[in-house]
Formats: sequence, C-alpha cells, structure tokens
Amino acid sequence: MKNINQKDYKNYVDGIVPKPTYLKNCIWAFIIGGLICTFGQFITELVMNYGLNKKEAATATPIILIFLGAFFTGLGLYDRLGKFAGAGSIVPITGFANSIVSPAMEFKREGYVLGVAAKMFSIAGPVLVYGFGSSVIVGIIYYFID
Amino acid sequence: MAIKKLGSQTILFKNPPSIIATGSIVGPKEGEGPLKNYYDVILNDDLKNEKSWEKCESKMQIDAINTALNKSNLTEKDIDYLFAGDLLNQIISSGFAARKLAIPFFGLYGACSTMTESLSLGAMAVDGGFADKVICVTSSHFSTAERQFRYPLELGNQRALTTQWTVTGSGAAILSSEDKGPFITHVTTGKVVDPGIKDVNNMGAAMAPAAADTIVQHFKDSGFKIDDYDLIITGDLATIGKGIALDLIKKEGFDITSIYTDCGIEIFDNKKQDTHSGGSGCGCSAVVFTGYIYKEMLEGNVNRVLLVSTGALHSPTSVQQGESVPGIAHAITISNKKD
Repeated sequence: MKNINQKDYKNYVDGIVPKPTYLKNCIWAFIIGGLICTFGQFITELVMNYGLNKKEAATATPIILIFLGAFFTGLGLYDRLGKFAGAGSIVPITGFANSIVSPAMEFKREGYVLGVAAKMFSIAGPVLVYGFGSSVIVGIIYYFID
Repeated sequence: MAIKKLGSQTILFKNPPSIIATGSIVGPKEGEGPLKNYYDVILNDDLKNEKSWEKCESKMQIDAINTALNKSNLTEKDIDYLFAGDLLNQIISSGFAARKLAIPFFGLYGACSTMTESLSLGAMAVDGGFADKVICVTSSHFSTAERQFRYPLELGNQRALTTQWTVTGSGAAILSSEDKGPFITHVTTGKVVDPGIKDVNNMGAAMAPAAADTIVQHFKDSGFKIDDYDLIITGDLATIGKGIALDLIKKEGFDITSIYTDCGIEIFDNKKQDTHSGGSGCGCSAVVFTGYIYKEMLEGNVNRVLLVSTGALHSPTSVQQGESVPGIAHAITISNKKD
C-alpha cells in the first residue's frame, strides 16, 4: 500500500468522525449545573436560618456539597450523572470532590500510601497547582495596582 | 531457504495446524451482547471473587485455557508451548496465568493484535515441527485497561463518541499437528503503519491503515481472490475504523464490502449497550474468534475466514509525550480445508 500522507489522512478522519452533540451537552450542563448551584444556595439559606452568619454559611455550604459529591461518588452514582451532565457536574465543587475520591477508590488495592494517597490528586492535582499559582500571581498584581 | 514464504509478508503452511478446541470466557456486559450464545462461560460480575481486576483477568486466561483443555481431553502436560499476551504493563495477566500452568511460556505483546500474533507464532511452531500441541491465548478487561490507559471508573466525565469499550474476556485456542480442522493455512504478518493520529479516543482511525495494508498485502501475496473467503473480520476497528479500512482497501482495487465486518462491531449492540464506536482490546478478537467464528466454522456456516487482529502500539507515556499512535495488524487464514 502507498504511504499515507498524515495531513491528508487527518483531514479525511476529521471529516468522518461523528460530531459531539454540543447543543444537547450545553443544555444538560446548564440544567444539572444550575440545579447543583441552586441546591447550594438552598443549603446556604437553610444554615443561615439556623443562626449561622453569612461568612460561616459560606464555609458550611462547600463542606456539605463536598461531602455529598464524595458520598455519591462512593455509591457509584456521580459518574452516571456526569455521563449526561458533563461540565454541569464537573465544574461545581461536587465535581472536584468526585475527581479526588474516584482515584482514591480506584487505587485502594495498591495500598494506602502509594495507592490512595499518591493517586488521590492525580486528576485534581493540576487544578490545585495552577489554581494556587494563578491566585498568587493575581494577588501580586492586585497588590501593586491597589 | 524460506520455502514456506509467499510474496513479501505471507507464509503458506505445508502441514497446516488444526485448531482442535477453543475456550472463551467473557464479562457480564459482553454476555448481554449479540454473541452471548456462543461463549463457553459468562461471568456474573467482573471481579469473579478475586481481590483485584488484574487477578480476575489472569484467572480468566486460566479458565479459558482449562475450558479448551477439557474440551479436547488434554492436560497441561500434553501442551508444548503457551503463547500468551494481554494489554497490561509487563503483560502480567499472561505471566501470572502461566505461573499457575506447567507449560513452557512465550509472552507476547502486540496490543490488541496479540490474538493473531499468538496464533501466527503458535502455528509456525507446529508447522515447523517444533511442537505437536500449543495453546494461544489473550485477554483484556475493561476495568484494568481503563485504569491503566484512561481514568478512574467513578470519575464523572463524558466519553467521546469515537471511543471504544475494552472487552472483558479471554479466548484460548489449542493448535495441533494432527486433526480434522479447522486449519490455519496462511499467516500474513503486518508492518507497523503510523498514520499520525494523536487522539487516543480514536483508535479505529489509528489502526485502520495498518489493517488495510495487511489485508491488501495478504491478497497480493497469497493469490486468493475475494470470493475465496466467506468472511474477512478485523479485530477492533469498530464503526469508524471499519469505514476507513473499507475505503483504503477499495482504493487499492479490492472491494471486500460484502464479506467484511469487525469483531468490535459484532460483540456489542452499540446503541443498546452504550459502547459508542464498538468493542476493543486483546479479548475482543479473542472471544469473537474462539466463541463465534470457530463454532460457525465447525457448523460449516463459514469455511474460510481471514482474521485480522488490530493493535495500537502506544502507551500512556508516549501519548503524554506527544507521540502519535502507530497501528499494527496481523492476518491469519483459517479454513475448513487444508489447501
């Protein structure tokens, strides 16, 4: 067989692969992501009703959401939600919990040190590194501008 | 002198080895697929009472081998060599399966092309007079492959539409210098073809040119016409790769549309089982061949088959370093007649 021109082949493949269903994905992400955030707001209102001030409620809400994200990951339900919610369940803090708990569960058989602990941040790690990194840079810029 | 060689990449056996028995074992999802009636064993859960998925995969190889041995009334002692491979690092499924079996062992890696690689080498050993009976076996497991090549199972991400589903299963075949067939008559060993695809979620496109290359070369070398075959079946190109392979082969002047399909398409009902593009993995062509095709051949429903297992020779490291995914495909002719 003649040699394949890699550029031509890539164009040919790009032309035949099924296109992702962007619109459907966006709508689902909007609905589920919106529901998770609304639920977060509900928790905030609820705990404030119980006497927490705004600052304390802002701490309690993510704690509860992270717990729920981790809990439903453990039950094996969060990945099913993620299948159709996409970014809608990845972007909220529950998705962050899922990205830490899922590798921790997956690598339990490799032990608690080199398995659970070492692999726990294999997906969330880059988010933390660049999240912390960029916030430090923005902080420095802010310091000089202000 | 290479007296058994035909053309540039093909071998014609003088004493074609007979496939005297096969064993196939699959996971629960495969057991719900369209070929469910053909497998010897269907697991209820993909852990099989083992402590890890890796242990389960290794156990599946042993069970596939034992099933084939039982069917042919043979024991481990009757077997001269074991040719085995899988997808895991350092092919641990095969090595650990061989640890339990007292059979001289050749460990192979050809990614998902390993089934026809092992059958090719096993057949050469038998035809060459180096062995009377050999076992060829491969396996793959969805959960072991996912954690090695992709993401944790519980991660809530979306799979691309081009992705394939790694088959949980193992298939074993016993080749013998004597018996009534089906026979392995020809082997066409593939070259590595790299079309430059870097998207690991599109393996079909990465492997299709290698499959097309091997199939075209097989026809050129062997002198077979397309009508000589009842079935040409690739390993795991799935829906996207199948279309590409057909296109590429047609461009070379061979139209195999009417007799061509792919194991990755046959093993799952993509729409019902949500397997996107189709099945993949060493186990895919292994269980489709040892389960479905072999039994159809014994029934006489198909008499000559070209089995072309296809592999993608990448690793997570190579992908992260920006390397493309090279493809490989090995073809074997299996026929109910010796000539």
